[in-house]
Parts: sequence; C-alpha cells; structure tokens
Amino acid sequence: MSAAIEVKGVRKTFRVKGGLMGKDRHVVACDDVSFSVAEGGVLGVVGESGCGKSTLARLILGLLEPDSGEITVEGQRVLAMDRKARARLIQPVFQDPFASLNPMARISDIVAMPLVAQGTFGRAEIAAKVEEMLERVGLSKEQGTRLPAELSGGQRQRVAIARALVLRPRIVVCDEPTSALDVSVQAQILNLLAELRREFNLTYLFISHNLAVVEHVASDVAVMYLGRFVERQPTETLFAKPEHPYTQALLASVLTPQPGLGVPDVGLGDTLPDPANIPPGCRFHPRCPIAEPRCSVETPPLKPRPGGGVECLLVP
Amino acid sequence: MSALLEVEKLEVTFGGRTAAVRGASFTVERGETHCLVGESGCGKSVTALSVMDLLARGAERRAGRLAFEGQDLRGLSDSAMARLRGNEMAMIFQEPMTSLNPAYTVGSQMTEGLRRHKKVSQREATDRAVDLLGRVGITAPGLRLGQFPHQLSGGLRQRVMIAMALMCEPKLLIADEPTTALDVTVQAQILRLLATLQRDLGLGLLLITHDLGIVARIATRVSVMYAGEVVESAATADLFANPRHPYTQGLLRCVPVPGKTRRDEPLGSIPGTVPRIGPGFEGCAFRDRCSFADETCARAIPRHSAGSTHDFLCRLPA
Amino acid sequence: MKRGWRNAGTWVGAAIVGVAAFCAIFAPLLVPHDPFAQDLGKRLLVPFWMEGTDPQHLLGTDQLGRDYLARLIYGARISMLIGVTVSIVSGLIGITLGVLGGFMGGRVDDIVLFAITTRLSIPVVLVALAVVGLLGSSMTLLVLTLGLLLWDRFAVVARSTTMQVRNLDFVSAAWCAGCSRFRILTREVLPNIASHLVVVATLEIALAILLEAALSFLGLGVPPPLPSWGLMISEARDYMFFSPWVIMIPGIVLFVLVLGINLLGDGLRDTFGARHP
Repeated sequence: MSAAIEVKGVRKTFRVKGGLMGKDRHVVACDDVSFSVAEGGVLGVVGESGCGKSTLARLILGLLEPDSGEITVEGQRVLAMDRKARARLIQPVFQDPFASLNPMARISDIVAMPLVAQGTFGRAEIAAKVEEMLERVGLSKEQGTRLPAELSGGQRQRVAIARALVLRPRIVVCDEPTSALDVSVQAQILNLLAELRREFNLTYLFISHNLAVVEHVASDVAVMYLGRFVERQPTETLFAKPEHPYTQALLASVLTPQPGLGVPDVGLGDTLPDPANIPPGCRFHPRCPIAEPRCSVETPPLKPRPGGGVECLLVP
Repeated sequence: MSALLEVEKLEVTFGGRTAAVRGASFTVERGETHCLVGESGCGKSVTALSVMDLLARGAERRAGRLAFEGQDLRGLSDSAMARLRGNEMAMIFQEPMTSLNPAYTVGSQMTEGLRRHKKVSQREATDRAVDLLGRVGITAPGLRLGQFPHQLSGGLRQRVMIAMALMCEPKLLIADEPTTALDVTVQAQILRLLATLQRDLGLGLLLITHDLGIVARIATRVSVMYAGEVVESAATADLFANPRHPYTQGLLRCVPVPGKTRRDEPLGSIPGTVPRIGPGFEGCAFRDRCSFADETCARAIPRHSAGSTHDFLCRLPA
Repeated sequence: MKRGWRNAGTWVGAAIVGVAAFCAIFAPLLVPHDPFAQDLGKRLLVPFWMEGTDPQHLLGTDQLGRDYLARLIYGARISMLIGVTVSIVSGLIGITLGVLGGFMGGRVDDIVLFAITTRLSIPVVLVALAVVGLLGSSMTLLVLTLGLLLWDRFAVVARSTTMQVRNLDFVSAAWCAGCSRFRILTREVLPNIASHLVVVATLEIALAILLEAALSFLGLGVPPPLPSWGLMISEARDYMFFSPWVIMIPGIVLFVLVLGINLLGDGLRDTFGARHP
C-alpha cells in the first residue's frame, strides 16, 4: 500500500537578519524530519510554539521549499506538481478563521475559489457544488451571500473546511484548526472533520498543541521538539506508555477535567528552547528532568518501535 | 466576618446597547480559589474588570452589592479605589507583554507599586522583589531585575507578572486567563505555581478561564457563566460529578478526555452559537440551544438550589 | 469602521472637496462671465464686501478686467484635473512597483526598493522646473512630469501593505487552491490594500495641486491665459499692495481646498484603518 504523505530527510532553516551590527542567525524549523502517513490515516503532530510544526505543514502543502530532502504526496513530488493538480490532491485548513478568509470576498466566492482556479468547471456547475458543500458543512445558502465578518468563528471555520473539500482532495493538512475556537464550537468542528474524513476517505495531517484533541482524532502521534520528531507512536501506545521524557512532560501537563487531581509537576525548568540556538547532543537535555552528562554530548539515535520510534539516549 | 469579595446582581452595559453582564452574583471567600468559567463573550472578563473598576469608558456598572472585605466598592472615589488596587487586590492578565511597560526594567516596575503603596525604601523593595521572583520559580532573580520585558520569554513574563501582583501582599488576586497565551507545559507550571502561592499565602484567588481542565484541577468553587449570567455555581467536585444546568452538562461533554472519550464516537456538542443579548432580555438565554427547552423558558427563570452550596438557573426542578 | 464619519472634520473635508469637484465639473454652467473675456475699462474692480463694488462681478475683476469669480471656478477645474490625473499616473507607477516588490520579494523587491530610494533623492521641484524650463510649459507635460515624480508614497504604502497581506492565511489558502499568481494579486491582495491606497491618493492629489500652483506661480506651470490659481496669484503679485484681494482670494481658496482634501484623507484613513488585521 502506498503512503499518502511521504517525507524524507526534510530540513528547513530560516535566516533571521541580525540588524546593523548583529550576525544573521539561522532558525532551524525542521531538522532531518522523515515520516509517512498511510492512506486514510490521521497523523497528529504535537509540540510547543516554535517547534516547527506549522513550517512542516507549509512544506507539505508546497507553500515552502525545503533546504534539502523530499516530500511526496500520493507518490508525486509536491514541488514538481502543477498547481492545479496539487490543489486536487491536498488542501489546508488553517488555525485562525479570521485570517484564513479574504475579508473582502463573499462566502460563496471563497468556497468556489478552488473550482474557479481549475478553469474546467462551468458557472452553474460551480454554483451547485458550492451550495452542496456549504450545506454539507452546515451552512445555509443565504449565509453564502455574506462576508466573513458577518459569521461567527465556528461558522468561518466551516467555510474554510468547505473550501478545502470542494475539490474532493485526498489529503487535508489541518494546522491547529480548533485552537482559536471555544470548547463547544471546537467539539462541533472536530466532529465535522471526523465525519468528513470517513465520508470522503481522507488522510489528515493534524497539527495541534492540545494533546487531548490529538488523542481524540489521530491514529498516530508525532511529538515535535525544536524541529525534530523526538517520538512517534500509534496513539494508544503513546498515551499508554510515553517513552521520551518530553512526551511524558507533555502528557503530564494535559489538564483533564477531573477534580481532585491537582496540577501536576511537569518537571521542566524555566528555560525555554530557542530554535536559533539548538543545544548540542540531545536537544532536549537542558530541560530534561532525567538528563545525564552524556546527553549533552551524544546525539540520540532513532530507536525504532512498531509504527514509529523514539530519539532518546536513556530509553532501551 | 464578611466574605473577601461579594458581588451581587452585577450588571454591565456598553453604551446601553449590549448587556455584557446581566445580574451575575458570586462570592469569593478568604483563601479559596473561585473560578469563573465560560466561553468567549459570556462576560467573565468584563466581570473581573468591573470588580477592579477598570472598565473601558462608555461601560456602565450597576450592582446590588459589590463589597471587598465588607467595604462597599460602588461609592469609592477614584483615589481610594487606586489605593485598593494593586495593594489589597491585584490583577494579572492574559497577555503579560501588554501589561508590562517595555521601557522600564522588571526591577523598577516591580518596586514602584510597593514604594507607592507601602512607603518602603528602594532597598527593602528590591529585597522583596528578589525574594518573590525566587518564589515564583525564577532562577537568577537578581539578573532578571535588570532586564527589560522583551528579554523574557512568555512564561517568564507571566511569572514576573505574578510576582509583581504579590509585591504588596494583596488579599485578593484576580487572574484573567493567565495561561491562555502559553504553551501547555508552561501553563501547567504557572498554574501549579498559582495554586501553591494561593495556599501558602492564604490568598483569595478569582481565576477566569474558558478551560474546564484548569477549573477541575485548581478551583474550590466554580461559577459557570453564560451570556452574562452565572447559570450554575457549586463546589468543584460537586459541579463535575453532578452538573445540573443543561449548559454545564453540554460543556462537560464537549471536552475530549484521553482514555475516556472514544475516537470513533463523536464528542458531545452544543448546537448553535452564543446569542447576542440586549438589555431587557427575558427568560433563559440558553433556550435556543437547549434540548430541554419549551415555551416556559421564555419567562423569568427561578434559581434552584441543589444542596446548600450548589445552585443553578434553570426552570427544570432540582 | 464608521469611526471616520463620526468626526466633523471628515464631513467638512468631504463638503469642501464636493463643492470643488462640482465647480470643476460644471464650471461652464456656473460662471456668470467668460473667464477669458477682458474688459480693460473694468480693471481691478473690488469684491462685494468692499465699497464701490460692481454687482455684476461678485469677486471683482483682475488686472485685465476679467471676472474673478469665473476665473476662480475655472481654476478649480484646472487644479482638480491636475490633482486627479497626476495621482492616476503616479498611482499606476507606484502601485505596480510596490505591489510587485511586496508580493514577489527577493530580487524584485531589492530593485523596487532601490527605485524608491533613488526617487526619494531626486528634488521634485527642481527637476520639474528644469523639465518645464527646457521643454516649455503645457498641461500634458506638467501632468507627466509630476506623475513620474510623485509615485514614491504609493510605492511605499503598496509595498508594505502587500507584504502584510501576502503573509495572511487566506493568501496561503489561495495558493493551495491552485490560483494563479495574477489571480491572487488581483482578487486576494489588491482589494485588501485598496483602502490604504485611496488614502494615499487623497494626499497625492493635495500635493499635486500645491505643486502645480507653485510651478504656475513661477511661470512654469500651465500656460496663460488658463486660469490656474497659482497663475492668478503670480499675476496678482504686482497689484498686491493696492488691491490685496487679488492675491488673497486665490490664496485662501487654494488653502481651503488642500485642507479639505487632507481632512477627507484623515477621515478615510480612520474609516478604513480599523478594518485590517
């Protein structure tokens, strides 16, 4: 079986200008990342802000070019594909439903955009498809005549989903699709995404900082830290038996609504990672509660696990 | 002895058109953590700001009772309120960068309030600042005092804000979404810190959040707000074990819980969106989204009691 | 979003610009006399508020006995025409350069930035003087010269707003939707920077009107006998001690129109300003 998304040794750095006197600095967003997502699977990517997860999404969507490495979607190189063919294959849903819709365009025009860009659909056909798609995500035809500012956050995210799915793509990259929404609306959107995935047999790359959400939607989870996947496992395994100390800290900091448990001690210090200044050895060692001297020298190898792997010197 | 903070029938309107808070009542006792929880637009932040008398111009505040340690806050002069604010009651906000002045060092901002309110020397104030920065878990506090806000990470800034709020030993600390802008690991650290400080210093903590996970882990009492009203109020364990208001029940079903909610099953959700409410609205604000609603919900809703410390606003009987 | 229109200044500005535009468009229908008709017997008649005025000439006459009100109204026509055409020419140049630089980035942006810097180091009035001095004065030449010189503000604003909009998620979504570069520029970027450009356009119109008046005053603007306000001020110089109104009236009108355009520009900026993320 072929993989829907295949990422091999992808590296991406950004140059940050250092000002008049300062030197330019290189911010590492993705550092030799490799993984694949099977057809119909959902890979959840979790990590803190600045860990490179949004850059990864943009690389896979073809919005950015990797410094090195290769990304293929359904067996075709993302950057080699014609823009229309790529649009039929892979689509995004972004985090902020305020910024992801053109404030000057009507909802129906926003949803129609991918169809219009193809240049092969007639006007009546486009109108019918747009109406059907809007209805599918729970919006009325009348709402299609409005501007984004007239809709609520949840409704806007429905519009973004309708736009992503109107071409019936195979893969959807969801970059924090519910982070800007209220809990009750988040549940609606998560349910909608799950329904649509089953209905259209979609593959998702689901990026989020919320582990509880990722646990609910993903079949596999990758934990990203300073541009690398430090642990990747099937969801059940990862949540039952997290191996990497960073994964453990992340899981410990999930505050489930269960009274009486108190706030756990996650055991990380007050220093935060700086993607422009990656520590030698294991990149997590300055914050790691169980770090040993060799962690600051040796680069941890990938220790394979069924359906993934862990990058830590201290696990067997 | 009267409670630390009493709020009764608080109403806030903006320009007479939107009613942000509609008759909210709650009490914060000494040494307890009281959470106001609700979704965006439910009036929880406006409630906090109106207690501190920090509402934007154009907002109008009315209350049946608004008292801090039995002292009525309603008729207080601006200067008397300013003496209370930052001294007896302090507040921390969601985005620490906007509440710290970028032009001054952390040290000078921390000591300023103490020197104004308590008339202590710079030396004493600096000592207290160093001591508090240590307590909020900042390694090298002396170094941080000389730094400017932009040199600190988000988590460190929020720690500085907390330390700053504690400088004058307030009795009440109001925290408005203090961890929403932070990463999950840092969020857990900051909340743990708040809980520890609250216990050690015997603070009354009024925490405003949208996150039920935070509420469950940190609160003694919870007030659930919806469309400007407190729809349910109870002790934390009681609320999570036995939610009575349909909105609270719906909200609790919306949250995915690892190990409890199943991937192949949809999450519970509340249909529709929060209504826009103007002054003079009658009946239950949740009725359009409620599966139990009938025509009687358009009338005035009685407040039911389910035990001495648990009450909710719904026509359905206890 | 309607903040700008609550401000009285915006309304005053809009009213002034409206009156000026009305005068410019309907000048032939409004004027009581032919603005070019000389009557040497009626030279330098005083305006209505002074003693010895001629009811036929409300604002009096100039040194050649031409009706001052008629010339003033025709002058509005010249000023508005020059203001608008200059900002169309400069807008086309500046917006094209700015949007291209901001959208493409990299090498293209470096070239655009260099062009803007070069343009900013050219003294506008001096070059305009030189060109008109060398090639003789005509309306077309004036418009082209000013248009080719005043595009910098359009370019700077178009470039910076395009850069902001380019990085927003809806533009990324348009790329992912398979839209062409041209479509993204015209349908996603341009409508969202248009409001900023309208504000720049008002400022540029005001500036062009002032520059035209200055050049005409120096005798290098529109050629006589066209009734430009700058030219009227220039021609009135010799008479200002005994007939001060001939220099005051066009001076005040020029000041009021430029003030009105700037007030309207401020109002538009406030109206549109809050609309963008």
